[in-house]
Amino acid sequence: MNQGVNVVGLYVRDQDEALQFYVEKLGFSVHTDARNGGYRWLTVQHPDQPSFQLGLCTPESPTLDAASAQALRELVAKGAMPPLVLMVDDCQAAYDRMRARGVEFTQEPIARYGSVDAGFRDPSGNGWKMVQSRG
Amino acid sequence: MGQDPDILRRLLRAKDRVDGASQEEWPIRRLARVSGVSEAHFARSFKEAFGLPPHRYLLTRRIERAVALLRDTDLPITDIAFQTGWGSLGTFGRTFRDVTGESPGELRARERAATHELAPVPACYVAAAHRPDLTIAVSEKRRLEADGKNDPHETEVI
Repeated sequence: MNQGVNVVGLYVRDQDEALQFYVEKLGFSVHTDARNGGYRWLTVQHPDQPSFQLGLCTPESPTLDAASAQALRELVAKGAMPPLVLMVDDCQAAYDRMRARGVEFTQEPIARYGSVDAGFRDPSGNGWKMVQSRG
Repeated sequence: MGQDPDILRRLLRAKDRVDGASQEEWPIRRLARVSGVSEAHFARSFKEAFGLPPHRYLLTRRIERAVALLRDTDLPITDIAFQTGWGSLGTFGRTFRDVTGESPGELRARERAATHELAPVPACYVAAAHRPDLTIAVSEKRRLEADGKNDPHETEVI
């Protein structure tokens, strides 16, 4: 694919912590981890989705002014960031596997609306729905 | 001004637990323990973070679930009252009317009569979007309505 959405950034409170979470607990791989002075451009990707990267960004100055960075850190920690959805083949199996690795689930798998869904958060507070793909 | 993000993250954990089991009892002691925050600070910190006191947040979640069950199932209203955490049908009916402005039976009848096209939106997000916006205490809402005022949103009351 030559056109389309390539990177979506996610605010996290700590890049090392987020990297460990998305790689070790969710099975993503590191796509780019580049540093330039104090700045770190860090993206991960799902093994089945080579054309899409999730950017793990910290709200901090000088990219943002200090007050905005603080406000964003608070919003992330309050779970106020927009919804994220992870599709899986088998929600219950993914739940069992991720839970054993210490992922903080907010909702156990529930079968409804012709699918199965569960909910979890990353260490920063970003909320994910995990939905079983239909068929 | 501003709150410590690490404490906010822990308050979020308590909010998540309420979301996951709003039919249960959530005394401050239990919530404070989930968050690792002292009981003395929990309610104030929670309100500062999420805009309403923890017990009122619990109330909005219970009403939200009751509305969904009234709309989407054929469960008797008594069953819905107990499933969503009320100790008596009377308390449920009175609180429900105070918050939503109609009785559980009226809401069910109205929802059934209307045509809905909610299906394409993930259900959890729809539920959150339809959560009652309880900016004032239920007791205050009762008082204002008794006084004949009809715009309680003008008055933010703790």
